[in-house]
Parts: sequence; structure tokens; C-alpha cells
Amino acid sequence: MVRGRAAPRPVQVLARASVVSGRALYRRSGPIAIVLVALTVWLGLWVTPPDEVQGNLVRLLYLHPAVAWVALYLAFGLAALSSALYLWPRTRSQRWDLLAASTVEVGVVFLTLTLATGMLWGRPAWGVWWTWDARLTSTALLELLYIGYIAMRRVPADPHVRARRCAVLALLAALDVPIVHYSVQWWNGLHQTDSVLVGGFHFKIHGSMLWTLLLSFVAMSFVFVWMVRRRYELAMRESAVADAALDGAVLERRAEALR
Amino acid sequence: MWRDAMLVCGKDLRIELRTRVLLWQVVPFGILTLVLFALALGPSATALAHGAPGLLWLALLFASVLATTRSASIEAPEGTRSSIRLLGLDAGGVFLGKAAALAVQLLAIAVVLEIGLLVFFHVSAARLGIASPLELCALAALAAVGTLYGAVVAGTDVAGTLLPLLVLPALAPVLIAGEKGTAAVLAGGGPGRWAIILVIMAVAYLAVGTLLYGALEEPS
Repeated sequence: MVRGRAAPRPVQVLARASVVSGRALYRRSGPIAIVLVALTVWLGLWVTPPDEVQGNLVRLLYLHPAVAWVALYLAFGLAALSSALYLWPRTRSQRWDLLAASTVEVGVVFLTLTLATGMLWGRPAWGVWWTWDARLTSTALLELLYIGYIAMRRVPADPHVRARRCAVLALLAALDVPIVHYSVQWWNGLHQTDSVLVGGFHFKIHGSMLWTLLLSFVAMSFVFVWMVRRRYELAMRESAVADAALDGAVLERRAEALR
Repeated sequence: MWRDAMLVCGKDLRIELRTRVLLWQVVPFGILTLVLFALALGPSATALAHGAPGLLWLALLFASVLATTRSASIEAPEGTRSSIRLLGLDAGGVFLGKAAALAVQLLAIAVVLEIGLLVFFHVSAARLGIASPLELCALAALAAVGTLYGAVVAGTDVAGTLLPLLVLPALAPVLIAGEKGTAAVLAGGGPGRWAIILVIMAVAYLAVGTLLYGALEEPS
């Protein structure tokens, strides 16, 4: 009797397919991001109509919420998760530390864009570039917390000690993310409450405006993935160079001792 | 854990009693901050009384950075860390002990600053007394956050410049809630939800610190 290889189960096929397609998307994140951003720009500037109240100012809707979502939830969420995985002894690996560092750096770029686009929107809408609204203030504090994280990474220290300290900092900074999220509900300020959904899955906006808004979220997510990928690869190479330099120095000292 | 916490708290307070850094450096700095704020606001009694809650918490915040730097520097030498590891002290206990010692020191600074508030800012002593439970919650939060961030920068060459950058944004919610709560009490009302926010912050940071302090103290 000839035993053939057991046919893979449908679940395994699906799992493999999703991993393969996920990797393909990851590898092609750059070109995909360019296409999606171009599409968002075209839809946002030429296809969607101006708003009844805000006019053309509403076109910032296709940038500001998307960059805020990427910074607050995608970047800092991933940084907190990577940091927790680094601190957990069973999953401790330098890769988690480097991933956390890369996501924080990219997250700070997106958070700066969030504040900048918010100010551009605030000037004509509220009459001021900045107001001490709870959402704005908590977002600015969050940015300062993550700038502190980046400053900590630049401090010369043993890589493992630095990684642990930065992981703790990332988790502490992440405590501010729910405050930023709920600030508009806890303190009634000038900033509007929910941007897209109200009371579950009821959309506030419709038609081409809705699809462009949703597309902007996908486009910015791909930009984020591409930027983190490039930064992470660079961080890995930097780490390899530092390790090689250390190995070289050790070998040199050994050779000196044997002379 | 609690026994270790008491041990570390006692050790930190004994060191403070012997060195008197708090008395001769931190407390005068806090008073100086209050005086400088008063000079910046001008002699108007109304403006001074109006700004008093914010200035109290700002002065406390700045003084707490100094006290935190001092508290972290005690543990910074490698020999001290090795000794604590050799003693087998629970990391959570060490954190709670250091936070308790820092809270006691901050309480001493707060008392002096409040006397300054009564003298320079014409604030009602009775209303300040009513605000004291709120202040105790805020001091617990300040101590927990300060101890945790102090451990993050301990032993680095740039601890003096890095600590304010890290700890002040984290302490900003304490400043806001403390100022709003104290202002409400001084105006004749109650602290309201600001007291709840401070209690939540104190409990959250004490819990997070107890969990994470061990990771910061691991040998390299």
C-alpha cells in the first residue's frame, strides 16, 4: 500500500495563503502606498464635493483623521505590543525592541502631521491656530512623551539595559493614548467627537466622501507599513554594524594580549 | 513585598535625614519658585489669589523633579543595585518603598509651600485644609510617576536633563487635576471628579510601577 502525503486541510491552505499574501503586501507596501495615496489625493481634491458648511476646508478630512489614526492606534499600539513582548522573558528578542523603536519614530512623524493638519484646520474653523482643548493638549503631551522615548534611545548605554528602559517608557506613554481617545467625551471642548462612526456602525458621512475617507485610512496605513519596514531594516543593519564593531574590538584586544 | 517596601522607605528617609538635601536644596527651591511666580504676576492680591492653585502645583511639580533626581541617584551606583539584588528584595517592594519615601518628602515640601501660599498669596487656611485629601492623592501619583521615571534614567550620564523631559509630560495630568481640584475647593466648592482622576492616576501608576520596576532593575 502506497502512502501519499495527506492533503492539507482547508484551514491550513487559508492560513498559508493569508501569510503569503500578507508577506506580498508587506514587500510591496511602498508601491501600494504610492498608488493609494495618489488615488486618495485625486478623489479628495477633484471627485468629492465641498461641504455645505466648511466648503473646501473639508478636504482636510481625507488627511487629518487618517494620520491621527495611524499615529495613535497603529504606531503606538504596535510600539506598546512590541515593548510588552520584549519585556516578557519568553518572547524577549532584540527584534521586538528594534520594531518598537522604528514604530515610535514613524509614529512621531505621523503625530506631528496630525497636530500640523489639525492646526491648519483649526485656524479657519475656530479662528486660532491652537486652543487649550483637551484633545489637542493630550495629543501634544503624547508627542512629548514619545519624543522623550526617542531621546532615551539616543543615550549611550548597554543595548539590553536601554531596550528594557525604552520598553517601559513605551508602555507608560501608551497609557496616554486612551486619555487622548476619550478626551473629547470626558471634557467637552472645541474638538468634535466621533469623526466617522456614531453609536456603533452608523456612518456620519456618505457617498464619495465616505469611500475617500475610508481609502485615506488604508492609504496612510500602507505608508506607515512602508516607513516602518524601511526604518526597521535600517535598525537591523545598524545593530549588525555595532555588533561587528564590538566583535572587532574584542578580537583586537585578544590579539594584543597574545603578543 | 510590604516588608521590603517598609525597609526601603525607612532607608531612603534615614539617608534624607542624614544628608538634609531636601531641607537645604529642594524646599528653598520650591519657595524660590513661588516668590518668582509672585514677582511675575505683580502685587495685585486678586491676581495672586486667582493664580495660587496653579502656582502651588507648578512649584510642587518642579520641586518633585529635584526630589525624584535625588531619590533615583541614591540607587544609581552599581554597588547599591548589586546589594539590593544580593539582599533578594522584591522589586515591587523596592518600588513601593521608594515611592512612599518620595511621597513623604513631597508632603513636607507641600506643607512648606502651602504656608508660603497663605503668606504671599492670601489664601484661606481653612479651605486649604479641606483640599488636603485631594493633595494627598496627587502626591501619591507624583511619587509613583517620579519613582518610575527616576529608575528609567538612573545611572545615565544625562539623567539631569533627560528626567524633566520624560517626567513632566507624564505629570501634566496631575498638574491639571490638582490645580482644578484645588481651585474648586478654594472657591468654596468640592474637588468633584478631579479627585477621582487623581485617585485613578495614583492607583494606576502604583500598579504599573510595581509590575514594571523589576524590568528596570534587572542586571545587564
